[in-house]
Amino acid sequence: MDLFLIAHIAGRGVAIESGQVDSVVDIGDVVAVPLADRAVRGLAALRSRVVTVIDTGIALGLDPTPAEARRAVITRVDGHHYAVLVDSLEDVSLFERLPLSPGLALDRGWARAGVGIVERDGEPLLVLDLAAVVPGMVAAAA
Amino acid sequence: MDDLLQEFIAETRETLEAISGEIVAWEAQPADRARLDAIFRFVHTVKGSCGFLDLPRLGRLSHAAEDVLAAVRDGKREAGAGVVNAVLAIVDRIGEIVEAIDAGVSLDDSSEDLLIAALGEDATPVVAAQSTLGNRVASRSVRLNVDLLDRMMSGMSDMVLARNELARRLRDGVTDPAVEAALERLSLTVADMRETVTRTRMQRIDALFSALPRMVRDTTTELGKTVNLVIEGADVELDREMIELMRDPLGHIIRNAVDHGIETPAERIAAGKPQTGQLVVSARQSGNQILIEIADDGRGIDTARLVTKARQQGLYAEADLAAMDETARLNLIFDAGLSSRDTVTAISGRGVGMDVVRANIEQIGGRVVLTNQAGRGLRIVIHVPLTLSILSTIIVGCGEQRFAIARQAIEEIVRVRGAQVRIDTIGDAATVAVRGRRMPLVSLGALLKIDDAPPTNLVIVSTREGNYALGVDTVLDTEELVVKPASCAVMATRIYAGMTLPDSGLPMLLLDGSGIAAVAGLNFAATAVTDESVVEPEEPGIQALLFDDLDGHRRAIALAVIDRVEPVATDAIRFTAGAMRLAIGGTTVPLYTLGDLSGRTEVPVLRLTDGESEIAYAIAEPIEIVTLPKAMAPARGVGPIAGVVMIAGEQIELIDSHALFAGEPVVRATQPVCLLQVDGSGWMETFLKPALEASGYRCVTKLGAGEHAAIALAMEDAAVTDSLAPVVTLRRNRTGQGAHDASIYRYDRPALIAAMATRVSAPAIQKGAF
Repeated sequence: MDLFLIAHIAGRGVAIESGQVDSVVDIGDVVAVPLADRAVRGLAALRSRVVTVIDTGIALGLDPTPAEARRAVITRVDGHHYAVLVDSLEDVSLFERLPLSPGLALDRGWARAGVGIVERDGEPLLVLDLAAVVPGMVAAAA
Repeated sequence: MDDLLQEFIAETRETLEAISGEIVAWEAQPADRARLDAIFRFVHTVKGSCGFLDLPRLGRLSHAAEDVLAAVRDGKREAGAGVVNAVLAIVDRIGEIVEAIDAGVSLDDSSEDLLIAALGEDATPVVAAQSTLGNRVASRSVRLNVDLLDRMMSGMSDMVLARNELARRLRDGVTDPAVEAALERLSLTVADMRETVTRTRMQRIDALFSALPRMVRDTTTELGKTVNLVIEGADVELDREMIELMRDPLGHIIRNAVDHGIETPAERIAAGKPQTGQLVVSARQSGNQILIEIADDGRGIDTARLVTKARQQGLYAEADLAAMDETARLNLIFDAGLSSRDTVTAISGRGVGMDVVRANIEQIGGRVVLTNQAGRGLRIVIHVPLTLSILSTIIVGCGEQRFAIARQAIEEIVRVRGAQVRIDTIGDAATVAVRGRRMPLVSLGALLKIDDAPPTNLVIVSTREGNYALGVDTVLDTEELVVKPASCAVMATRIYAGMTLPDSGLPMLLLDGSGIAAVAGLNFAATAVTDESVVEPEEPGIQALLFDDLDGHRRAIALAVIDRVEPVATDAIRFTAGAMRLAIGGTTVPLYTLGDLSGRTEVPVLRLTDGESEIAYAIAEPIEIVTLPKAMAPARGVGPIAGVVMIAGEQIELIDSHALFAGEPVVRATQPVCLLQVDGSGWMETFLKPALEASGYRCVTKLGAGEHAAIALAMEDAAVTDSLAPVVTLRRNRTGQGAHDASIYRYDRPALIAAMATRVSAPAIQKGAF
């Protein structure tokens, strides 16, 4: 059993492994980063730290996350902090991680970011890998 | 030097603590190569530091231990209990000596010979002497965990932001003077505090470079080489942690460069290079990295030798070695235990070091890049990540957004509306001519797809490849900013160097000048190629120093002849025993000069040497080092001028060093003053003055205040004013009045010049000449 944070992204419930979650915050003003990937909404200050804000909708190849979205999950990827925008957050609880069902055809970004399934009261929730939501990782590694 | 010693003590102490585990493990398993390498690195580092800290005892011990460990590494000796014990005894002794140095007490060194003897092949094991040293002395410096500093830094930033927030709230509400005063005091304290806290983390790279001149000097003296060390960019600021971690690798590289890279003067001359080797150490910031470059013009690395060595030691399979390209062969230098040198010196040992160097640099997330030119030199560039850096920046605005640009990248800022700026479009490319200088124009708004409005200000950005103008809407402010690396998602754009959080609390991006040029597709290829050829000594032309001579002419002299350039007080220059001489310490050196020293209290002097004798040459001002063209127009007649060369379209006289050392007569520094007793006919001024000036006199008709005439000339019938100088009388008639007539016929030029010369050089008037 692992701890998962249940969140809503693009109207769907997802589970995020608690190890990936640094903190959960409401971000302030966002400064745009021209020329960056569309999924990078910009930079925001989190106390003395600057975080890169990710438009999760675009990152997953869905509709853009609404501009007024403020709630975000802070995660650390490759030494940098990212704020991954979410619609809303539920609680943290223990779940059994299950592999993706065979033959399950995930589309768009879900295929890249989905790494497993947990079941909450019989409802399956996709386990989202936050590192896969951050754009530019592939480019930086190349 | 005390600082360096303290560093050394703290570091050795720390490493000793860290490797004590390794030592025990090695004792249990003497065949363990990793343990052996760790201990080897320790003694090697100690040896290296002893070299320039002048600690011969430690040097001797560590050198002896290193020899044995190297033999074990090479498989020449068995790592038996005897060796292990002897090495450990030495490691212990190193620790004791370090403590003794710190405590300022002396330590009996009688047993050291025994310790070293115990390292021998057939030595009987010794029992390490029990340490008699008492307590450690309390030190005024402490070592802190960097995490702690980081927390302090971010806490400080939070405090600044909270202060700003508080100030905003207070401004909107009450205006109680007492509250405002309290806030003001808080602001001052916070600002002060921030500077202190920042200083705990940041240090000018100067702290790293300041030890180099001494190190190079000592190393070169020991090896009988001459090296000219040039340090550039010492004001780059770097994380203190990085500076500490860079200290050893840099020291190793410098010593290697002097020891293995730069040849002896004789070898250099044989190779057609200047006698003095060049070693350039520079630091600069590029994107989110600090680059430290060490370039020498020595012999470079013989990669074929490296391959042979690797084959001999069986480090790689034959097929692997055969398949290696030049880079891979070059990188063999980083393999532990491999060296291209056969002989071992006290300076840098066996080319170890390079594996240590790379290990240390990779440990801090950096990398080492080698550019080797066999026979022509080696360039080592160390890339260090910019974890944290304080930059002086200029804030520019583009549309609604603000960006920072590093001030060091900015050449100037001009307004578009100014008369000296002209924007044109050539093909599709926008260019701008600023005071006639044409360069590409990049509009930041268009590049960032913010807006297409024509820019109102141009920031002239200089990059290593070339300059370009960056069009921005507004230039707002200058600010010292703490820059942190931006996330990968942001760096992927290639136009940002990092990000920062100014006092406003809104994050801001730092633009990368070179990155913008690359993304905008500016092509500096043509200039980049020529730049490269300047950096690499493509044509082995003779290097010369261009200088302004005292007589106002611009001249050049071969660089190899110059030992050094230094200012001397003109008091030290005297015309004694028939020649100009410069007093240096207890001796004198002949001084050559082509101009007038009067009116100067200090004059730069070129100290010239041919390896044996020395000559000084007084100049007005050194200008720069140039490469002489091959063509030279020979000088007419003899003298210290070899000929005329064209440098940058100007005719420059080249000093004939050979003539100088061949004992050309040394002319006076100060032209002797000749006082003309004019009689109103104008003959003296018109006829005599030019002739005398051609002979090296300075003619005056009236003495200035404090001026002394060396000699005076008067017509036979003129009234001789009271002069301290000897007077030479001129007569109008060809024949004199008799045997006792000392006067000279006014057109008998040889006789006149000779008479003046004998009178002037008489000792009685020496004082007058100066």
